[in-house]
Amino acid sequence: MAVSTEERIILDARGSFCPGPLMELIRGIKQATVGETIEVWSSDQGSRKDIPFWIQKAGHELVEIVEVPGYARFVVKKLR
Amino acid sequence: MPNRMSMVVFSGTVDKLYPAAIMASGAVAMGMDVEIFLTFYGLDAFRKGMPQTNQKMDVNYAELAPMLAQLMKEKNVPSWYDMLLKAKEMGHVRVHACAMTLDLMGLKKEHLDPIIDDVVGVGEFVSNAKEGEITLFL
Repeated sequence: MAVSTEERIILDARGSFCPGPLMELIRGIKQATVGETIEVWSSDQGSRKDIPFWIQKAGHELVEIVEVPGYARFVVKKLR
Repeated sequence: MPNRMSMVVFSGTVDKLYPAAIMASGAVAMGMDVEIFLTFYGLDAFRKGMPQTNQKMDVNYAELAPMLAQLMKEKNVPSWYDMLLKAKEMGHVRVHACAMTLDLMGLKKEHLDPIIDDVVGVGEFVSNAKEGEITLFL
């Protein structure tokens, strides 16, 4: 589910299992424009490593990981 | 060396089709090309109508199968087939049917699920796999 707010795109992938949240993020990044901020929410444990690894490999910026009870919010800036 | 993962999918049980779909998704996520060669029971699982109805599980884990199926349903885990379709939408995933198995079963490409790209011989698949870094057998 994608919710677009003024300055960022939120992808709620909670409840989805590995590699679901990562796939959601990749799809979201593809559709976004350079400079936009995308936030993916994940309750999947694999995401903690998979998502930062992919962001680095794909050349985007991991702005922050916000730990919330039950899930994490990965904030990513599209750089290219 | 091409950034490629090749897979021979020999098994047709759901418990093996899941890792095939998940590995394909992971490879696509990491920007790799994926080549899947379906043979024997793996190809049987891609006959028209089979991906949507096949519920076969490894008999060695028969006592676990109902519990796993129930958990996956409760937790809304997508089917292995939907995962593979998504991987195919996102990147380069080619699904090949083994020519020998088709001949043996007396089947043609039109008897197979449309996710299958083409029918190839083992020689072509192996020589393509040789160029890549990862080859899996499931």
